[in-house]
Amino acid sequence: MSAAAVGPRAGFGRAVAWVLLLAGGLAMILPLVFMFSTSLKDASEVYDLRLLPAHPTLDNYVTVLSDGRFLRWFANSMGVAVVVTLSNVFFDSLVGYTLAKFEFRGRYIVFLAILSTLMIPTEMLVIPWYVMARNFGWLDTYWGIMFPGMMTAFGTFLMKQFFETVPNDFLEAARVDGLNEFAIFWRIALPLVTPALSALAIFTFLSNWTAFIWPLIVTTSKELYTLPVGLSSFAVEQQIQWELIMTGAALATLPTLLVFLVLQRYIVRGVVLAGLKG
Amino acid sequence: MTDQALDHVARGGFWRGLSLRRKQVVWAWGFLAVPILFYALIRFYPTGEAFYISTTNWNLLTKPGFVGLANFKRLLGDPVFWQVFRNTVLYLVIGTPVSLLLAFTIAYHLDRVRFMHGFIRALYFLPFLTTAAAMAWVWRWFYQPVPIGLFNQVLSTFGFPQQPFLRSTTQSLPSVLAPAIWAGLGFQVVIFLAGLRAIPTTYYEAARIDGVSDGTILRRITIPLLRPTIIFLVVFSSIGFLRIFDQVYNMTSGDPGGPLNATKPLVLMIYQTAFSSFDMGYAAAQTVVLFLALLAVSLVQLRLLRDR
Amino acid sequence: MRGFRGMLVGLAAAVGVISGAQAQTQTVEIEYWQYVFDARIKAMDELIKRFQAANPNIKVKHTTFPYADYQTKIAAALPAGQGPDVVQLFYGWLDNFVAAKFIQPLPKDAFPPAMIEKDFYPIVSAMKRDGEYYGLPTAVRSLALFYNKKLFQEAGLDPAKPPQTTDELLEAAKKTVKRDGAGNLLSEGITLDFPGQDYHWWREVLLRQNGGAPYSDDNKKVTYDSEAGAKSLTWYADLQKVHKVGQAGFMDEGQAAFRAGRAAMTIDGSFRLGAFGNIKGFEWGVAELPAGPDGKRFNFASYWVNAITTKATGEKLEASKKFLAFVTTPEAMQVWLDAVGELPARKAAAETDKNLSHPIYGPFLKALNYSNATVFVDEAGQRQVALDLANRVLIQNQDAKAALAEAAKAEQAILDRFYAKK
Repeated sequence: MSAAAVGPRAGFGRAVAWVLLLAGGLAMILPLVFMFSTSLKDASEVYDLRLLPAHPTLDNYVTVLSDGRFLRWFANSMGVAVVVTLSNVFFDSLVGYTLAKFEFRGRYIVFLAILSTLMIPTEMLVIPWYVMARNFGWLDTYWGIMFPGMMTAFGTFLMKQFFETVPNDFLEAARVDGLNEFAIFWRIALPLVTPALSALAIFTFLSNWTAFIWPLIVTTSKELYTLPVGLSSFAVEQQIQWELIMTGAALATLPTLLVFLVLQRYIVRGVVLAGLKG
Repeated sequence: MTDQALDHVARGGFWRGLSLRRKQVVWAWGFLAVPILFYALIRFYPTGEAFYISTTNWNLLTKPGFVGLANFKRLLGDPVFWQVFRNTVLYLVIGTPVSLLLAFTIAYHLDRVRFMHGFIRALYFLPFLTTAAAMAWVWRWFYQPVPIGLFNQVLSTFGFPQQPFLRSTTQSLPSVLAPAIWAGLGFQVVIFLAGLRAIPTTYYEAARIDGVSDGTILRRITIPLLRPTIIFLVVFSSIGFLRIFDQVYNMTSGDPGGPLNATKPLVLMIYQTAFSSFDMGYAAAQTVVLFLALLAVSLVQLRLLRDR
Repeated sequence: MRGFRGMLVGLAAAVGVISGAQAQTQTVEIEYWQYVFDARIKAMDELIKRFQAANPNIKVKHTTFPYADYQTKIAAALPAGQGPDVVQLFYGWLDNFVAAKFIQPLPKDAFPPAMIEKDFYPIVSAMKRDGEYYGLPTAVRSLALFYNKKLFQEAGLDPAKPPQTTDELLEAAKKTVKRDGAGNLLSEGITLDFPGQDYHWWREVLLRQNGGAPYSDDNKKVTYDSEAGAKSLTWYADLQKVHKVGQAGFMDEGQAAFRAGRAAMTIDGSFRLGAFGNIKGFEWGVAELPAGPDGKRFNFASYWVNAITTKATGEKLEASKKFLAFVTTPEAMQVWLDAVGELPARKAAAETDKNLSHPIYGPFLKALNYSNATVFVDEAGQRQVALDLANRVLIQNQDAKAALAEAAKAEQAILDRFYAKK
């Protein structure tokens, strides 16, 4: 690719770079490796930092999973993340589409208003949201966890960018065929931006799956905790029994990593799309 | 029955009577109705309320009383706030350049690698998919003194003295920052990779014909053309570091914010003030400061984009 | 068809029974709140069962919330006229609850102050404001010295004779600490854990043993910025800095080090008994906190109290009085001790021969006679001041005097802000 890539010295340099890159990459996953290996260790072996457990055991997983808490938290996180993602995919594209493809007075103001909410940090809103949730009885409910994220300016902006690339002729043709506007959006426009939709879905799902501060504030009973909040309280409760904490951490991390291994290409592409266009 | 039928006809007639343009306008506002309600109630109204609460002495237990700017005055005289402010700025000014430099170096070299390219990229990307609250505990464990901490175990094996890491007023902030950089690195690498890919090869070919050195190509072609990518990543990661919370909360749960508040960021102070001390007015004033800080970063971004 | 008719008849009968019962007995329902902790819930369910059996016309609804959100829940419910009639609260929250008008003074007809002062341990006086009591505990907790018998034996110490004075404690710690060739700590003589219980140990025990006092009698002034303060804090810090018998942060927490068999001694509370009791083959003992140079002993006690909320009026107030009286009977306290492991708040109930000679409860119970309960106005804020104090001397190597002056200034500001608001 570059000029220097000719001759033996350059080849040597490249090999060194390759080795360093690989070493760095392995170092990157070292925390994950140690987490998994410790989760397979017996309490007596925890302080022995060997990478491979001498007597691997699933006992920790049995202990952690036995009372059903983790499964519950897992289901809560999954449910919340899926519903919020669906809502974002639907509403953000609907708004993005409207702002990209309709001509009407006030369009620019609506767009600016929505865009301006990007400037408001979530952390500024947690206190008013908490007050709101308290007044409406949303504290400690699934809706309470979900309501702040049902739509995002980021997603709207991303979808607007993509809908602008959809040729108007397509939509006009559908209009001539007598389709109503919602049907045009739903059946014609949306399928044309599926890469963007999956990017938005991946990004929204990830950020809700790992969300911490708001679920921490709004949930009070253990049954309603999401996985990160549950794990955090679990870790404190375990009074520093590292093998159990690592098992909990592994359980919180494993699902996304497995999904990544299967869908690697799509996820990386989606993240890049969302990052560059959003 | 007849009334309804009449009404139906009338409405149908009304709708049919509209021009295509008008119908479009009605559709547009129809699509926007629920979202506008959402943004008004869940974004704008709470923003106003945050400003309002910041001018009260509300403590959740009693009725709020108006105190003007007293909370902001108290903030200016609060040594903990200045410590926290300093920490937050440190997270930003250490975290952003370090992570960007690392990510760019990795991406720049990885871009030229063909062999096992996807595998190596995946290694760097994996931490981005982890849950910060979970990984904070793994890192907390690494930082322990011997006999349990990995880092200190390695240090003493090679005869170096143990380091206090989280139990130090100077080392704890970088120690908390490390997992945040670690987790965000993969995202930055793939964005840089995409940015590098987007540079047309003709530029490089032209430069090579002119016999320009690698370093010059990097300085004169690659970096200037990556400018939008760099600006995006600077802003994205700056905002992330300004809002750091999950790592600190979980790594210092016994003494929240580290020894002598050495690691406490603004968001943790807000959380504690609001939800441990129930000093809602004071906490809201702190959120206003956070808002202003983010606004400043965003304005700088706009400025940079316009200069282009 | 027959099933449907049968259902109708049953329904009618049920309606008749319910309305009839209502007309006859006038059942009062009151609500009781506490935070989630398995043993406490079981103990309270048992007490409610017994109470309802004795008072068939009162029904008690038992509601629980996780500890972290407990205060928030109360704060949300009571102003809205909902929530508990009788509520359990940490003694340190009392002033906030009184200021917010969440709880009312205990009616003197049912709870005469003279009776309270005669029968309960003196620490209950922390519940008194302007001559009126606002709450009563079922159980209290105190601190003790936990020691690892095996490590004592290995070091040539008699596991039946735990240290009795702070000097003996230091000697025992020096003998039991273990380090490797490079000087790395392998096992502590005594844990140093200010975020744990050492913060109370220093403030309510070591400080007083050196002749100091943490606060003025009206609790409005910080008084630990003194000679006694400097002496006691220096003694504590020297455990790490001079004698090197322990290290703050070793194994992350003191209790973790002790539990893992890597600390010979630790100061902890009676609430830790359950966690240590579960470990197989772990032999540990409990002793009273060591006496100071002048032979005096002190201890720190804390407790949860039951109080009647302002929501309870009329017949609900009468029912609440009965319920509160019941959960503070000696009988209820024994139930609590057996189920939760917390110590009875009444002397007569606590100091039975059986309890006093109990190898584990004994030392905790004896301590209740010489315990103090700190009055907190902002528990989280004041705790942070103490943690900062310890970090200044342990991490930053600040001089004890200077560190104390800074801490006193910060804590005084918290107190001033609170009392100015009142």
